[in-house]
Amino acid sequence: MNSMELPSYLDQADPVRERFDRLKQREIILEVKDLNKKFDTSQGQVTALKDINFKTHRREFVCVIGPSGCGKSTLIRTLAGLESPSSGEVLLDGKPVFEPGPDRGMVFQGYTLFPWLTVKKNVMFGLEMHGHSRATAEGEAMEWIELVGLSQFADSYPHQLSGGMKQRVAIARALANKPRILLMDEPFGALDAQTRGKMQANLLEIWRNIDITILFITHDLDEAIYLADRILVLKAHPGEVNELIEVSVPRPRTVEQFISAEFLATKQRLEELIHPPSEEDESLPMHMVRMAKVGDDVEPVE
Amino acid sequence: MSSTTQWLAVRKPLPPKQTALLTIASFLLPLLVWCFVSYVPFIWHPKIEVTEPGGVTWFKKGMLVDRELFSDQAMLAAEDNRAAPKGDRANPVYLPAPHEVATAFYSAFTTEPKRKSEKWLHESLWHSITVIFWGFVLSSLIGIPLGILCGTYAAVSRLNEPFIEFFRYLPAPAFGALAVAILGIHDGPKIAIIFIGTFFQQVLIVSNTTRKLDVALLEAALTLGAKKINLLFRVVVPGILPELYRDQRILLGWAWTYLIVAELIGTSSGITWFITQQARYKNFDNVFAAIIMIGVIGIATDLLLAALGKRLFPWEKHQGNS
Ligand SMILES: Nc1ncnc2c1ncn2[C@@H]1O[C@H](COP(=O)(O)OP(=O)(O)O)[C@@H](O)[C@H]1O
Ligand SMILES: [Mg+2]
Repeated sequence: MNSMELPSYLDQADPVRERFDRLKQREIILEVKDLNKKFDTSQGQVTALKDINFKTHRREFVCVIGPSGCGKSTLIRTLAGLESPSSGEVLLDGKPVFEPGPDRGMVFQGYTLFPWLTVKKNVMFGLEMHGHSRATAEGEAMEWIELVGLSQFADSYPHQLSGGMKQRVAIARALANKPRILLMDEPFGALDAQTRGKMQANLLEIWRNIDITILFITHDLDEAIYLADRILVLKAHPGEVNELIEVSVPRPRTVEQFISAEFLATKQRLEELIHPPSEEDESLPMHMVRMAKVGDDVEPVE
Repeated sequence: MSSTTQWLAVRKPLPPKQTALLTIASFLLPLLVWCFVSYVPFIWHPKIEVTEPGGVTWFKKGMLVDRELFSDQAMLAAEDNRAAPKGDRANPVYLPAPHEVATAFYSAFTTEPKRKSEKWLHESLWHSITVIFWGFVLSSLIGIPLGILCGTYAAVSRLNEPFIEFFRYLPAPAFGALAVAILGIHDGPKIAIIFIGTFFQQVLIVSNTTRKLDVALLEAALTLGAKKINLLFRVVVPGILPELYRDQRILLGWAWTYLIVAELIGTSSGITWFITQQARYKNFDNVFAAIIMIGVIGIATDLLLAALGKRLFPWEKHQGNS
């Protein structure tokens, strides 16, 4: 691809800019202030997150992207309340969070459906924790299961479902609690490309139709651009905010946009941020020694 | 695929036909060895069973004598021109042939006890089973909850496990005399020995099983709003249930291995009493039958529990074969 032909990733068409203007008017759901997270390990202290600051607005779709090990999971776990920050704070609707709670739904990287519960009982779990009666919980659960298209599997156990179906149930289970924000940590990372594509489209569809803010972690650039309003780019060692990019690709998103100028421009920018040309690559060149005899008539070596 | 790679594929399940074949063979092979030793006269058979005493005055019909002694006596008789004794090679009395043990399986149940106060075999067996049952149930009633708490809360684990870790090395039978002094001579001390033999292992095994529960499930429950008690009863307990059930099956097997020692404590009772009594009368066919019966009861219970487990935990993935 020739970078000369691409517009700047910062250029926004009028409808896109207007959309962002409206978005920024909306109330703030989640605010992260000067967040730091250090782990004490046997090798000493590891700074996983350093001075993270950002806000998400109501019904916004934010993706977090960064190289592996840069602290994405640590960030989302801190937001969920599963890790406590070393300093700084996380505000949900302006109130600090200290522990996990149903106001922040979470979909994990691995499959975390309760294997001993059927699909329906899994989705009912959170509702019952809230003291909903069994009957109301069941009714609501069935609605959510229908929303993710798994009505006919309501009485199946998780081990009978495919990976994609499991994550759909996990989404339904998290949404059934009516959280303010849905936190998703590489939820489609383990799925094959085709299923992943379908799941992404399904997720956008769900997001458009209900009042939910989504924070979505991924290391797949296409996935981030396809889904997000804004992309929070982290860099590693220590995990810091590199840039917060407004995605200039107009909505509604389609697969055809993957080759649009805005899409490619954004992707190029992400690539620059995440895979900067490093000295290490040049200092560790590979030496191709012929280890085995190959017929040179097929392809001459020199 | 060649036949050797099929039989000896590393960590691959066997095809069902081979599995069935090998299962049968694992019982058949020892039985075959036993049959060989019992029925092929030139294998072992260190004794001679006298069929005709002949000129040896102290020989009696049916007597078992060493082969050397028999040939010495036969030689002496020949020198003195007495009639030669006759006999067949035989195994010692403590190795009855398979068919004798097989008959004993039936006759042991139908043989009336020698004295009125003594028990029939089925009564002895039942007594043994009740001792195991109570020892195991009492141990489980305390051991399982304690194990789960140890596996869930680090504080409970720190408080209990070091001592239990130490105590489990003390051999349960060593407490026999103490148990009799405290609990009398009847079933009390026997149940106590089964308890001691099971309980300490049980706590450690159950706590370990609890710790193996995927933390991600607990975290998922937390983000769904589960707290404290719900976390324990709605996530930890159901999460470990199938594994706990498997642990219990293994522990029950261990409890059985303590049975014989336990029943020797105080007044000998149950199947152990039957075995020692029959050994005293030299009814070794009955002794073997009783020992095999313990094995049969053990394996039958385990198979039954395994089958029940499949029904109890429909969410478990059952791999291959079945
Ligand atoms: N519980 C922990 N204890 C010690 N170090 C941790 C822990 N969790 C994460 N880390 C470290 O923090 C860094 C960020 O990890 P993580 O958030 O999992 O990265 P990512 O999800 O972006 O791949 C890594 O260097 C990792 O080794
Ligand atoms: Mg991660």
